[in-house]
Amino acid sequence: MTPAPLSYRVVDRRDETHDTVTLVLEPGGDALDPFAPGQFAMLYAFGVGEIPVSVSRLGDGHRLTHTVRAVGAVSRALCGLRTGGWVGVRGPFGTTWDAAAAHGSDLLVIAGGIGLAPLRPLVDTVLAKPHAFGRLNVLAGARTPSDLLYTDEFPAWEKPFGAVTVDRPSGGWTGRVGVVTTLLHEARFTPSDTVAFVCGPEVMMRATARALIHQGVRPDRIQVSLERNMRCATGHCGHCQLGPLLLCRDGPVVGYDQAEPLLTVREL
Amino acid sequence: MTPHPGGAPGGSVLAALTAEQHGKLMTLARDVALPAGTRIFEEGEKADRFWIIRSGTVALDIHMPGRGRAVVETIGAGSLLGWSWLCPPRQWHLAAETREPFRAWEFDAVAVHDLCAEDTALGLSLVTAVAETIGERLRATRTRLLDLYGPPGPQGSGAAP
Ligand SMILES: Cc1cc2nc3c(=O)[nH]c(=O)nc-3n(C[C@H](O)[C@H](O)[C@H](O)COP(=O)(O)OP(=O)(O)OC[C@H]3O[C@@H](n4cnc5c(N)ncnc54)[C@H](O)[C@@H]3O)c2cc1C
Ligand code: FES
Repeated sequence: MTPAPLSYRVVDRRDETHDTVTLVLEPGGDALDPFAPGQFAMLYAFGVGEIPVSVSRLGDGHRLTHTVRAVGAVSRALCGLRTGGWVGVRGPFGTTWDAAAAHGSDLLVIAGGIGLAPLRPLVDTVLAKPHAFGRLNVLAGARTPSDLLYTDEFPAWEKPFGAVTVDRPSGGWTGRVGVVTTLLHEARFTPSDTVAFVCGPEVMMRATARALIHQGVRPDRIQVSLERNMRCATGHCGHCQLGPLLLCRDGPVVGYDQAEPLLTVREL
Repeated sequence: MTPHPGGAPGGSVLAALTAEQHGKLMTLARDVALPAGTRIFEEGEKADRFWIIRSGTVALDIHMPGRGRAVVETIGAGSLLGWSWLCPPRQWHLAAETREPFRAWEFDAVAVHDLCAEDTALGLSLVTAVAETIGERLRATRTRLLDLYGPPGPQGSGAAP
């Protein structure tokens, strides 16, 4: 049923912010199948526990890249790993960002906080094949300037169209202040021919999807990544249930037409 | 990442008007350009005009005694700058400063009020569009107050994605 984790070694680690770390993992023996953008792995911090974490970059042979924000016991243990440390990994799990649905259309990639991590492989895919898609817009929101991820990659996103905004400016920040939806005014897209990919806290995704629908983007062309606590990740334990969906299997990426009625129900 | 130069040309407020209404309103528009770092208006001053931003960004700030100015929001191309002209006491609630070279359509509030009184359908469309902007800013402010990206759990409302 639940496959045993494979051992992966931390071969590179980078502090992204004060509480967020990117780990690059290499298989110690057998390797997992390749991941696609939007999918996640179950990362096991030995002796502490196992949590779902999305893949934040693809490629590089059998290497895996994950960006983890320390919020509790397991994520803190993962963030505390040094190069040479070991992790148990299961995966790949879940549905993917459907980039093919955006072929020939404009793309809006909209992230809140750590939501940029699961979206980065999608942005990489689009940047690698610019002619397959319409105009790319990467819009990112963060709590403060020091919470912004991947700042060294912004220049590459800026060229199509990229903008970031923070809720609370500090430390001489001269960029945008406000919620991520305010950036939509300047993004370059034709609403009737746009596919949007949205990841962040649920309230942010709801507010963003509503703003997009108001502008004329079809709900089934808005993809969101939903999260619930996960245990087995194989559709057996029921921990990740949201209405009729088991999010480890039917998600995390789902169309907003499917997600909307589930997100606005108080308790399911 | 810096904002992309240019941006949406029209503005959501203008887009809400019919072609005829748009034409009438635009007879009152004045094309203005300001360099970065220009104070456009100050808190408490008479709000006698508004702008529809064509390019550049504007920071809205509030003065905190002893602590200087705090930016509470930035707005860019396509946005309405200033709605205090619409309702009493017609004084700016915040101050505004250009962050980048700024280009906008500037409208004199008295002239727009007169036009709206004369053409009530236009007046209703315009007020509805401005109210929509005010609603949007209110929603945005409330969302930010939730501290969405803060730590998940009871302290912050956001679940870590
Ligand atoms: C499909 C999926 C992909 C994810 N991708 C990433 C990623 O790329 N990077 C990343 O840093 N995090 C990601 N997460 C969130 C990550 O799994 C949680 O932060 C982690 O489970 C917290 O575990 P913990 O033991 O560190 O904290 P705990 O002590 O278990 O919890 C600390 C806080 O986090 C909340 N929490 C616990 N589990 C989750 C969860 N699954 N989702 C949301 N909040 C949770 C708890 O309510 C609590 O407030 C993802 C979650 C899912 C379901
Ligand atoms: S985590 Fe067990 S069913 Fe999804």
